[in-house]
Amino acid sequence: MDSVRSDTDLALKILVAGGFGVGKTTLVGAVSEIRPLRTEEQLTAAGSQVDDLGGVERKTTTTVAMDFGRITIRDGLAVYLFGTPGQDRFWFLWDELAQGALGAVVLADTRRLTDCFPAVDFFEHRGIPFVVAVNRFDGTRAFGPEEVSRALDLDADTPVVLCDARERGSGKTVLINLVEHAGKVHAARVLARSGA
Amino acid sequence: MAYPPRHYLPGSAFGYPPPPDRPVQWYDEAAGPMVRPYALTKGRTRPGQPFDLIALVVTDIPDPAVLPVGPEAAAILRLCRGNALSVAEIAAELDLPLGVVRVLLGDLLDAEQIRVSRPVPPALLPHEHILQEVIHGLRAL
Repeated sequence: MDSVRSDTDLALKILVAGGFGVGKTTLVGAVSEIRPLRTEEQLTAAGSQVDDLGGVERKTTTTVAMDFGRITIRDGLAVYLFGTPGQDRFWFLWDELAQGALGAVVLADTRRLTDCFPAVDFFEHRGIPFVVAVNRFDGTRAFGPEEVSRALDLDADTPVVLCDARERGSGKTVLINLVEHAGKVHAARVLARSGA
Repeated sequence: MAYPPRHYLPGSAFGYPPPPDRPVQWYDEAAGPMVRPYALTKGRTRPGQPFDLIALVVTDIPDPAVLPVGPEAAAILRLCRGNALSVAEIAAELDLPLGVVRVLLGDLLDAEQIRVSRPVPPALLPHEHILQEVIHGLRAL
């Protein structure tokens, strides 16, 4: 029955973060069963505090786009992917996005590694399980996962995987790594709570 | 647990473009169109209760045309008839800002014209068997 089914519908949220142009939309599109949809959020007072809108004071409302996609695991269980806005000035949106998230993928481009620092900091500080996925761009030098992990100063148990965000199979592997990692992190927390 | 902020590694082979001299200006064309959508919500910007982006909305109202609801609310009802859709998908399908969709959903919920299943609270989230199911499902894609 419909009403029964909707009560047991389960939706899990995974974030895809990283710098501007690192391939977030590409990754979401590669694994999603729906075309990447874009949704818009109002930028109002919360944003205007951090915005430098010199000369455009009258402009109090604008929009910011978020990409998202969906993977249906079975009837009543779906995973939603959200590409976080790349611009620093939309950080206030990240908090809402991160609420209740199962985990996050931080996409990194080794040519612009600093671009993913804010995302790594954000998820570490909030205790949200994440994996770093190095998107390999053609013609770039290949780095090993250990090198990236060291350069990002990651906890030893934070997975680093190499990927090609355009490839569905590669994107799937990244997500599987994340869900496995999130499972371990949550299991360890449950254990710690019950042991304390 | 405290973490130090990340930093540049001098002499590293990784690319570290220098930070911009001043904050990047990002508005007007790049920021998208200006919108005045709250006419649709009679000026309200907050729904009576919060709706998570992935809260799932479903209705079994067969024909919204008979209800005293606006065209946007009717469109939501048509989208979600017998088919649970997330709040984010509804906003994207209707090409309306999330804030507007949330207000409209609040009205529909108050009128008991939709049902909303809340996402699982994070503390309860990863039942082992659900994560296993997700992993198997991803492998099978």
